[in-house]
Amino acid sequence: MKITVNGNGLEVQEEVKHIKGLIDFLELEGKPLIIEHNQQILQKEEHEKAVLENGDKVEIVHFVGGG
Amino acid sequence: MLKVGNYQFKSRLFLGTGKYPDFDIQKQAVDKSETEVLTFSVRRMNIYDPSLPNFLEKIDVNQYTFLPNTAGAKDAKEAVRIAKLAAASGRCDMVKVEIIGCDKTLLPDPIETLKATKELVAEGFTVLPYTSDDVVLAKKLQEAGAHAVMPGASPIGSGQGIINPLNLSFIIEQSSVPVIVDAGIGSPADAAYAMELGADGVLLNTAVSGANDPVKMAEAMKYAVEAGRLGYEAGRIPKKDYAVASSPEEGISIGN
Repeated sequence: MKITVNGNGLEVQEEVKHIKGLIDFLELEGKPLIIEHNQQILQKEEHEKAVLENGDKVEIVHFVGGG
Repeated sequence: MLKVGNYQFKSRLFLGTGKYPDFDIQKQAVDKSETEVLTFSVRRMNIYDPSLPNFLEKIDVNQYTFLPNTAGAKDAKEAVRIAKLAAASGRCDMVKVEIIGCDKTLLPDPIETLKATKELVAEGFTVLPYTSDDVVLAKKLQEAGAHAVMPGASPIGSGQGIINPLNLSFIIEQSSVPVIVDAGIGSPADAAYAMELGADGVLLNTAVSGANDPVKMAEAMKYAVEAGRLGYEAGRIPKKDYAVASSPEEGISIGN
């Protein structure tokens, strides 16, 4: 399955079924991150329910230093 | 106590988290400043190098109120999106609306800032818009429901200090919500001056992170904000054109 993550194309294995799976696949579990899936901002508890499909767009953002 | 919406803070110094030499110095600076509010930006994570450290991992996040900014947004729509992304972290419902309208001066876009403020207030956020020192705009932001207004002292990161104290005074005088002077503060004198003018707080970043010794400067800023506030509360003497002796003129025993 091919999806777009943070503007870049990403080929993910078939086992990656939902956003939580993607987070694990990218080894980002436990990181303070925020996900937008097809322009829908997800709450943490929604990560496991958000099913990934071919062509989906995912934004993974976090807090960085700023004034 | 500084009250912003439902929040209360003992410290009137809000600290930015950008551009420190390293996280250890930053942590020490944050500690010394005794700030309770830290600002952050929201950016894409580097998913190919998740081991990159993040400042949030260095601090006890429960000790601080997060004030994410919407920096990077060019219009109200983008600012609202960034605010919602930040809120989805579950760590904050405060947001600093920052919509830059000019890349060279980094001055805010007044129309989009007002629009975003209205929308975010309606969404239930605690909204602190970064604005220019325009007196009428500050009033309109307040009417739009902003929980504080944050006029710039001078352009972001310029360190020029307060270039229009008169406008800041007008904004402070007319405001029924806290006025937090944001951007352009360069030195402790600037921060103290802002507080002496009657500002309810100061938000600064580069003045500390860019100082030769950020930790010492953070401490200096803490004292400057406290001193300025005390001075404001105490009420300064009026300025006069000529000298007024502070020693008594009667009973002088020298001379004739």
